[in-house]
Amino acid sequence: MFRTLRPAAQAEAVTITYEGRPLSVPQGISIAAALLGAGEMVCKSMPTSGADRAPYCLMGACFDCQVLVDEQPTPVQACLTPVRPGLAVRRVPRPTPVPEGVAHD
Amino acid sequence: MTSAPDLAIVGAGPAGLAAAIEGARLGLAVALYDEQPEPGGQIFRAAESVAAGKGAPLAAFGADYAEGPQLVARFRASPAAAGYMPRTTIWLLDRQRTLGHVQDGKARMLRPKRVLIATGAQERPVPLPGWTTPGVMTVGAAQGLMKSAGQVPEPPFALCGSGPLLYQFAAQLVAAGERRFTVLDTTPKGRWARALPFLPGALRDTDLLLKGLGLMQKVRMAGVPVLRHVRDVAVHGNGRVEHVTFRHGNHLGELPVQLLLLHQGVVPNVSLSLSVPLRHVWDAAQRCFRPALDAWGNSDVAGIAVAGDGGGIGGWQAATAQGELAALEAAHALGRIERAERDRQAAPIRARLKTALAARGLIDTLYAPPPLAALADATIVCRCEEVTAGQVRAAIAMGDTNPNAVKSRTRAGMGPCQGRMCGLTVSELVAHARGLPPDAAGTYRLRPPIKPLPVAVLADLDTSAVEEEEDAT
Ligand SMILES: Cc1cc2nc3c(=O)[nH]c(=O)nc-3n(C[C@H](O)[C@H](O)[C@H](O)COP(=O)(O)OP(=O)(O)OC[C@H]3O[C@@H](n4cnc5c(N)ncnc54)[C@H](O)[C@@H]3O)c2cc1C
Repeated sequence: MFRTLRPAAQAEAVTITYEGRPLSVPQGISIAAALLGAGEMVCKSMPTSGADRAPYCLMGACFDCQVLVDEQPTPVQACLTPVRPGLAVRRVPRPTPVPEGVAHD
Repeated sequence: MTSAPDLAIVGAGPAGLAAAIEGARLGLAVALYDEQPEPGGQIFRAAESVAAGKGAPLAAFGADYAEGPQLVARFRASPAAAGYMPRTTIWLLDRQRTLGHVQDGKARMLRPKRVLIATGAQERPVPLPGWTTPGVMTVGAAQGLMKSAGQVPEPPFALCGSGPLLYQFAAQLVAAGERRFTVLDTTPKGRWARALPFLPGALRDTDLLLKGLGLMQKVRMAGVPVLRHVRDVAVHGNGRVEHVTFRHGNHLGELPVQLLLLHQGVVPNVSLSLSVPLRHVWDAAQRCFRPALDAWGNSDVAGIAVAGDGGGIGGWQAATAQGELAALEAAHALGRIERAERDRQAAPIRARLKTALAARGLIDTLYAPPPLAALADATIVCRCEEVTAGQVRAAIAMGDTNPNAVKSRTRAGMGPCQGRMCGLTVSELVAHARGLPPDAAGTYRLRPPIKPLPVAVLADLDTSAVEEEEDAT
């Protein structure tokens, strides 16, 4: 989907996993940038329709890039979370596990 | 932080950086928070990394962006840099100036003497059929990727919408060597005629005018197809974008794309200011809500000011001027400088601000967003809860007279983005149906935390700084 303009200018690569598959991505970029650069897009499935969602605004506003990382129960915004070696990224399955006391109206 | 800062600034864009530099120069203890990993805000995103040769070439971004590394370098050299906290989200601000921040899963609360909201802008969400399909993103998103990760979209893709940023990004792509894309410009016919009365004012900033026209020229000269006055854009695809359809003149157009990048201008990011709540007004020219501010950026709540695009869209040069004015005011309010001194130092900044805002009327009129009456019932308005325009209209027809009532009935605005994506649309739909101006219809009520916080983080919340102060008083 996105290609790296000057691969030689990129920082060293680190390996993360997305849905269990290893991806080699530049150190220091966000999870969202890493996924898009690797041709992966889907971050979560919507609780209502089950439709897939991918990053939309990449500035922390839309929450469509929420993913699960490592064993943490609460999703993070992939556009605001940097990659690090060994990070395990998973899609947020439908229905979104919203921990009690966090959702608000 | 052991003692509360004199001036806490939310947002390290041009407004926040300028305020921090100026505040520190005036002797204030400054704290600066931003959820991004690097200072610079939206326009100067990743300016340091790009200037250091990481990612895309600096030259591709144009003359404005080249100012970014300089501003950031001035900040790094200032005493204010000691109070900089990147990757830190402000999730709470109340009328007593209790400020809550979270960094690396650790949340704290403190009470600064003054708070400056410099949270900038977000792209205006304008719903269209299929805009939630994976592969639809904003122009700002793709531009951010180019700045922060050195990535550009792979063909086939298109840019679609209206506003200066559309051509700015198109020109940046061309400069980076990518011309295999299409621009679908949705600016309606006749806008120049309507904007003409604003031209004399705009001529005070001829630079900006020429820059805008130059960008358009550059994109066309590069052989990038530009279709003007495009209407009725719709996205199609099963699980991901496959093609986009639209009307161009009398033709029905269809374009195969794997990415569609949307843009309809920017609006103030008011999540934090609405949650305080500060008093907001409807800006009819810019079709958005903004906090009501005086000439120093002071809000209706004592000790809380706003500078930059978060107080109304003015662009980065206006943002730096407003940041400096707010810092002068903070120094005066905290007894560091006399009123006369504040005013003396403010005079040249005000002159800069005036020039920076000279072309605003022209830009706002040329690129006014499309009217919402045309929004089809089946189109999703609230992306998080997948609520359609038809459902919102039905709720209004059933007697919901304000956005909060619509929210409780339809769940629009209840998802994790808390109305950042649908708030303006719902306010406008309510206003339109009731024949009122949007400020009479109102906005969603926003409560902290303005971004969802994990329970574990809240359980560990460090409130000692605020409590100590309360014990002392
Ligand atoms: C996506 C996008 C791209 C843009 N690109 C350009 C461009 O290339 N050229 C141009 O002339 N103009 C651009 N603009 C317009 C731009 O808003 C202004 O030119 C300028 O950046 C405004 O400066 P500012 O300091 O007011 O806000 P911004 O630069 O928007 O900075 C605000 C900062 O506040 C931070 N922030 C917001 N809320 C919180 C919170 N709760 N907690 C912590 N931090 C927070 C954000 O991370 C951001 O870094 C862009 C706008 C957007 C939305």
